[in-house]
Amino acid sequence: MAQINSYTITIEVNGQSVTKMVEPRISLVDFIREELRLTGTHVGCEHGICGACSILLNGDPVRSCCMFAIQANGMRITTVEGLAPERGQLSKIQDAFCEKHALQCGFCTPGMLIACQALINKIPQPNETQIRAAIGGNLCRCTGYQQIVDAVLFATKISSPNPEQ
Amino acid sequence: MSQSDTPNEKQQFTYIGKHRRAVEHRRFVVGAGNFAGDIQLPGMCHVAIVASPYPSAQIIKIDAQAALALPGVVTVLTGEELCQQIEPILPGVDAPSVQRFPLAYPIIRYSGEWVVAVVAQSRAIAEDAAELIQVQYAELPFVIDPEKALQTGTHLVHQIAKTNLIFDRQFVWGPVDQDLANCAHTINYRVRWARSSTVPIETFAVVCDWQDATQILDVWASIQMPKFPDQLAKALRLPNNSVRVHFDIDVGGSYGVKRGLKHTILVAYLAKKLHRPIRFIEDRLENMRGGDMQGPDRIFEVTMGFENDGEIRSMKMHAIDDIGAYAGRTPLQLGKPVGAICGPYRIQSVAYHAQAVLTNKTPQEAVRGFGQAPTNYAIETGIDLVARFLKMSRIDLRKRNLIANNEFPYLIPSGTHYDSGDYAAVLDKALKSASIEDLHQQRDDLRKSGELAGIGISTCLEPSGGNSAFEPLFNPKNETTTWMESCLVRIDLGGTITAIMGTSSSGQAHETLVSTVIAEILLQDPETIRVIHSDSLNALPSNSPVGSRMAIMLGGAAAGAAKKLKQQLLAIAAYQLQKNPNDLVYSANRIYDHTNQNNQISWSTLVEIAHRKFHLLPANMEPGLQEKFVWEVPTGGQLPSTDGKVQMYPCHSFESHVVLLSIDPKTGKVKIHRYVCGHDCGVMISPDVVHGMTYGGIAHGLGAALMEKFAFSPEGQFLSGTFMDYLLPSATEVPGITIVDHCTPSPLTEFGQKGSGEAGYLGSPAAIASAINDALATIQASINYLPMTPNAIWNAIQDKNSTKISN
Amino acid sequence: MKAAPFDYHLADHLDHALELLDHLGNDVKLIAGGQSLVPMMAMRLAKPSHLVDINRIQSLQQINLQEKSLYTGSTVKQKDLESSHISQAIPLFKQALPWVGHQQTRNRGTVGGSLAHADPSAELPLIATVLNASLHVQSHNSQREIRAQDFFLGPMWTSLAPQECLTDIHWPIWNKQFFGSRFLETSIRHGDFAMASAAAQINLNPDGTIQQLSFGVGGMGATPIAFPSLSQPLIGKHLSSEAMHELANQAILLTEPTSDLHASASYRMNLARTLLSRALLGAFEQAQQHPQ
Repeated sequence: MAQINSYTITIEVNGQSVTKMVEPRISLVDFIREELRLTGTHVGCEHGICGACSILLNGDPVRSCCMFAIQANGMRITTVEGLAPERGQLSKIQDAFCEKHALQCGFCTPGMLIACQALINKIPQPNETQIRAAIGGNLCRCTGYQQIVDAVLFATKISSPNPEQ
Repeated sequence: MSQSDTPNEKQQFTYIGKHRRAVEHRRFVVGAGNFAGDIQLPGMCHVAIVASPYPSAQIIKIDAQAALALPGVVTVLTGEELCQQIEPILPGVDAPSVQRFPLAYPIIRYSGEWVVAVVAQSRAIAEDAAELIQVQYAELPFVIDPEKALQTGTHLVHQIAKTNLIFDRQFVWGPVDQDLANCAHTINYRVRWARSSTVPIETFAVVCDWQDATQILDVWASIQMPKFPDQLAKALRLPNNSVRVHFDIDVGGSYGVKRGLKHTILVAYLAKKLHRPIRFIEDRLENMRGGDMQGPDRIFEVTMGFENDGEIRSMKMHAIDDIGAYAGRTPLQLGKPVGAICGPYRIQSVAYHAQAVLTNKTPQEAVRGFGQAPTNYAIETGIDLVARFLKMSRIDLRKRNLIANNEFPYLIPSGTHYDSGDYAAVLDKALKSASIEDLHQQRDDLRKSGELAGIGISTCLEPSGGNSAFEPLFNPKNETTTWMESCLVRIDLGGTITAIMGTSSSGQAHETLVSTVIAEILLQDPETIRVIHSDSLNALPSNSPVGSRMAIMLGGAAAGAAKKLKQQLLAIAAYQLQKNPNDLVYSANRIYDHTNQNNQISWSTLVEIAHRKFHLLPANMEPGLQEKFVWEVPTGGQLPSTDGKVQMYPCHSFESHVVLLSIDPKTGKVKIHRYVCGHDCGVMISPDVVHGMTYGGIAHGLGAALMEKFAFSPEGQFLSGTFMDYLLPSATEVPGITIVDHCTPSPLTEFGQKGSGEAGYLGSPAAIASAINDALATIQASINYLPMTPNAIWNAIQDKNSTKISN
Repeated sequence: MKAAPFDYHLADHLDHALELLDHLGNDVKLIAGGQSLVPMMAMRLAKPSHLVDINRIQSLQQINLQEKSLYTGSTVKQKDLESSHISQAIPLFKQALPWVGHQQTRNRGTVGGSLAHADPSAELPLIATVLNASLHVQSHNSQREIRAQDFFLGPMWTSLAPQECLTDIHWPIWNKQFFGSRFLETSIRHGDFAMASAAAQINLNPDGTIQQLSFGVGGMGATPIAFPSLSQPLIGKHLSSEAMHELANQAILLTEPTSDLHASASYRMNLARTLLSRALLGAFEQAQQHPQ
């Protein structure tokens, strides 16, 4: 068996720099949940299908179960805990999820919010096809996706007073 | 999107039926949910499982030396030790010899059965150690096919039971043979519901902690299971009041399956043995093959007898369910459909032959609807076949047979009364919303362009309320007739309201439900009403959220407790104002004399009096403001009759699906163009919640219909262990869905609400199958099994001209 | 599903990576995006003692247009290829990349990673095979060029030696005149591995005869398969729709697909024949319409 070494990594997590020792084999999602105690990001499959572990890595949504924490050294990550603009406030997408009942058990929700936030960062006014493609890698067993689509449409219609812009 | 039109609502509500943001969402959208896998306790250790690769074997030897030598490993537990220290988990039918333990010993009965549990300081180390464990097996014969398992001379999954047929009963309600003989026509058909399940995104997770000093076992689990603390206590040989299950754990989806007994018994035993907290989070591989969260796996052989004008007089149904290697509650899933055995139709006589057979496969667990979805698929298939036989429209045939809105309460042959409904109206609403004429045109256009295209219709019952009379029905030794729910409501010293519910939730927004109901009664802003989950030591009786029962039962309990508090407030006010309580008006934040509005007393004053001013309380009144309400399910409380008749669930919701889809004839790939669901669950307390569950249920049904199956090889190897093998529909497979609401209030409940937790799932596989067969019928092809994958549909197209109907 | 223990080495430049590969022994794997490797390690189907991370090596991340080819370093991310203007030079990329997993996959997955993983149903290996891309491979003391049609040897198996690293790929660019291409795949869910896939690319002469033609299928055997023996004789000829169907038929008869949980061999053959026909027809129609 390989020797177990630990290495120091530094990651910016939700705007704060964090430095920890990790074994190479610790996945990024386990690092986030167990080391950083940010339990909002969830583990659903550990083989890259369900998307519950989705986070933003340098701004792009990735599956944190398909990375080792050590690979994220020097990078910037955003988890669901970092989506709200300020304490006591919700992001447009988080608020829209609440308004449109876009969740039930809440387990896929963090990953879903990450995927939706990444989408509207790139496409401010996505259509339904684009929304469904963007969340195609996030499985949900509660909602049937309809109200999630409705929530993104709702969030993005309000964000621009002039739809032509 | 949904369209609401509720002409039948008798009452106008203040809070009920309104759009309201779910309370639970506040924590979930910021990642502050409290799931079992989030629990971290000091000194906590972790479990990994060694599972059997064989479907049937004897354990000869387990060598754990290398594993125990690995740094960080705490212990290795085998079935040999565990089985002696705990009581077995027993089946829900009368077959006490079919015992089950969390770890197998000495006989393995399915590929994936748990054999050894490794405990280590981290899950990763536990997995390292698990790889080092060497188990020697002697392979044994096995049986995989359920129809083979019924034959004599085949391998017995449990030798001691002397049969694989663990449950076998024929019910005859009415003169079935006579009716069938006198009918103008009969059809026979067979359908196959594949083994599928709800597969929540969160696997089962449990943390246990035993303290010698208090003799309490604390349990935090991702659980949805009636009488869970009770069953734990029994298995662990503990008194019930030594088990404290924390119901404030958020459960990441369950829809029936998270029964978690073997997981929790195992972890509790380890926690007690090691005197340290133990956590087990199933990984997805453990969950899929050995977590026992697979579902009904059913063969239906059905005969329907009907007249030339389309009246369906009689039905014979034979259902064989392959329940896997152990029984649990699952044979009862053949029993629940008894309460809606004729669907929404006026079928006068029914025979039902239910058989549960053991095979060397992963055991089934309860799945959303508890057997109703497969049964509805079987019934609706017959309806379509009769229509095709008579060359009648499937809509007209249904209308010919649907129970009419003036026939309620309607008694079905098996002894259940349907409380209320207007099935034709819901069907019409769905057809109108779908613009059925346009749909026909679209279908024709698709056909002209070279696609196969079909419209699917289903009209299905959703029994709700959870009077689980199938327990005594299927096991006369079990005389349980109590199916209760409770709520405790308190108005505290500061005038704020707290309600306590005694079970966990898995996405049904019970906190929202309860606060809305209490708000309606006490006329306080629901946003100010806090709902908490107790633990099992301070919980009032609950039967957990199963059988679509909580809107009815928990809603009813919360209303009951709130009404008692309202009466108490009125009594205090009457005493203060020196009026008869009947002369007073209860209003938001005050009670006043109806002849003189200025003669009033405020909410805060009433609260003060109740809590602090004993001298102002009426005689014999308890101080404070707290009321509990514990009640039995409406229409419940009776045992079945000897001929198997029983009032099953009290309230009956109803759904009607209309689907347009096309099939690429060369690839078998399906595309859904339109999906409409008409839905009636009486008064909706939280419309957003009901709609959400309906959309989700339709997605579940779509998965079961088109892509989901737990597959086993003929050698008993489990083939669907990952999400690359077992396919869950994503947002690109589930179409946009339109829900149209209708409301026939239940006469049995506080607000007219019926249950709705299984909405969508109970009717969508039937509707999708209906559409696919409508498409295939144009080339004289048909398909009678799920899932209808592209390959399966293509096979059906190649097989065309083979007949599935016989007279 | 936690990976077995391993040691980790971050390579900051290519020579460093090749040195590590050379002296760490045979139980070492390269990791870039990890979208295939990490799940396999989680399932303990792969248990390397060492991982060499090449994902930060700048020299492997370049995309540029060369005279007759599009050049990608092996650790170019799939999302960067998808969004790059340069990839318009090879329309098959734009057609196929949306089918590669989901956005999360493509945000980490690399072009070279997909090729080195060599799943017979994967999109990029099929395109590489149809275009017969030129793959450059280096070890500490050697380098060589392999054409894609010789690179894939079997499922998850390439001609890469244990100490070798795929460094860059040259994707041939065809004539823009009378050009057509089509990529099609069928899976049960979007983003899954294809049950079968087909790619076709064509250049026509001004008189409508075939100037250049290449086509292939994925998921139909141990590797993606191109059919140069069938396309070569057609150069200079006209090809009718019926002939295209027949061509697809002939091609599929040369394959030996297997059955699995989602698709039987006979269904696969039918599916691939259908997709290949449609791809050929689609590419041909496009070539006729767009002189560019």
